Amino acid sequence: MKVWKYGDSINTDMLFPGKYCYTCSTIDEIKPHLLEDLDVNFAKEVQEGDIIFAGRNFGCGSSREQPVLGLKAFGIKAVVAESFARIFYRAAINQGLVLIESPEAVKAYTGSEEVSLDLEKGELIVGDKKFTFPPLPPEIKAIAEAGGLLEYTKKKLKKQ
Amino acid sequence: MPATFAEKVLAEKSKNDTVVPGQIVTVKPDHLLMHDNAAPITAKITKELDEYGVVNPELPIIVLDHVIPAASEKTAINHQKIREFVNKFQIKNFFDIGCGICHQVVVEKGLGLPGKIILGSDSHTCSYGAVGCFSTGIDRTEAAALLLTGETWLKVPQSIKMALKGKLNPPVSAKDLILHIIGDMRADGATYCSVEYHGAVDSLDVQERFTLANMGVEMGAKLSVFPVDDITKNYFNTIGVAQDSFEVFWADQDAKYMLEKEYDMSEVEPVVAFPHTVDNVKNIYEAKGIPVNQCLVGTCTNGRLSDLEAAAKLLKGKKVHPNTRLLVLPASKSIYEEAIEKGTIKTLVEAGAVILPPGCGPCLGAHQGALAPGEKCISTANRNFKGRMGCKDAEIYLASPATVAASALTGTISDPREVA
Repeated sequence: MKVWKYGDSINTDMLFPGKYCYTCSTIDEIKPHLLEDLDVNFAKEVQEGDIIFAGRNFGCGSSREQPVLGLKAFGIKAVVAESFARIFYRAAINQGLVLIESPEAVKAYTGSEEVSLDLEKGELIVGDKKFTFPPLPPEIKAIAEAGGLLEYTKKKLKKQ
Repeated sequence: MPATFAEKVLAEKSKNDTVVPGQIVTVKPDHLLMHDNAAPITAKITKELDEYGVVNPELPIIVLDHVIPAASEKTAINHQKIREFVNKFQIKNFFDIGCGICHQVVVEKGLGLPGKIILGSDSHTCSYGAVGCFSTGIDRTEAAALLLTGETWLKVPQSIKMALKGKLNPPVSAKDLILHIIGDMRADGATYCSVEYHGAVDSLDVQERFTLANMGVEMGAKLSVFPVDDITKNYFNTIGVAQDSFEVFWADQDAKYMLEKEYDMSEVEPVVAFPHTVDNVKNIYEAKGIPVNQCLVGTCTNGRLSDLEAAAKLLKGKKVHPNTRLLVLPASKSIYEEAIEKGTIKTLVEAGAVILPPGCGPCLGAHQGALAPGEKCISTANRNFKGRMGCKDAEIYLASPATVAASALTGTISDPREVA
């Protein structure tokens, strides 16, 4: 498991350039361009179970869900950031991508600490420090448990 | 209990007596905005749409504006799929290429109204706060789910009170004011919050309020909203919206705010947001003399008539400097027509401007007016992120229409007060 560390204000253009928004629609088209203008190695080297650490305002900018779809498809276990931009946060909920808002955990990671994450327990361990994060509100947990908003919606429609 | 704008609208729409920040409520938005992304949105639910249909054909508003006219076979197919969807499900509020940028169209066509909730799969959906509408951005998946169910959850936001005083000194404009505010608040200073404008708002017309509301998301805001006053009502009269077609909400005097700020508009000077973040705002003096290869006036932030006129005023009888190029995009067809009628377009073309179709154009780097490595562009758009205009090795500076026009004349970033 690798930790990818980035700075503040990682915006949606860095995560997925706007020029591909209307030419890349399938997940296989999206993946190679993920984080292209931020870190050319990311799409080549990322592996399932990797974690991203970042600073403030991660995902700011456009309503662009390709970054969320791409990170989820690559199997990113969680994005840990000091804070997240609103639309990105909502998009992550809707795809079941785990976001952990913890400025303390981000500060604790300097590049060499061992990192482990237990989503069941709500525990993130960075070196010798343990961080806990609160459970999701029930309305949002239901979406995550269904496997994302579309699955949640489809199930709800079937029941009606 | 005293309440903010956001608390009042969400209480009313979720059928609660009162709501508090942090509370999650279920609402049925009045409209769902989509643009060229309506194709990928509807593609997510092809089977369900066949089975259940669109929950309400009046709910969606679709405006083709992001890549218009189509730039390639792929984007043409995208538009084709949207037109098929519109016909199949009898979508009433459809605006094909050439009508304008979605946010301008929503307000101009009287769809963005006070007290309505509009969710849009575009981050600048917050623009309709200019006319007292509760509007904010969502992602594509949520837009797809809304087409099927017509309802979603919203968290009641904390609110920030921006008290304005004084008056702008032209050519200092609303764009300078909002860049000044974002430079102070920073790009995440209003994250998740509802930003309310109070105080001397009566010196700002609807076009100027639009510029301010539009950029709310650049400080992280969920909403960015103005009170509905005589200026708003007069605007509705000019576009033929009946006064009884909406309900006005506004904050109580003693509502609780997370933060209160005061800005004296008379002290604002021309400013420029340097690459590569919108909050990297500096006084024009620090930018003066930077050579620019491209100048852009337009977009949902500054493509209205007063913006084109501000540029034309400086360019009248003069020529764009040979070292640069000037692109102009009217934000809508009706603005375009008015600008033709008033001679504004003629002035701009005579000065050497290239007029692009009313749409998003170069703003997001998807087509038209893309930049080459090493190039610098000064633009009236709302974002200067790295790679935004198609090239990660180019630089984008954000400024007002007057500053962009002044820079087009000299080929370097210039103070409109000195060029005029």
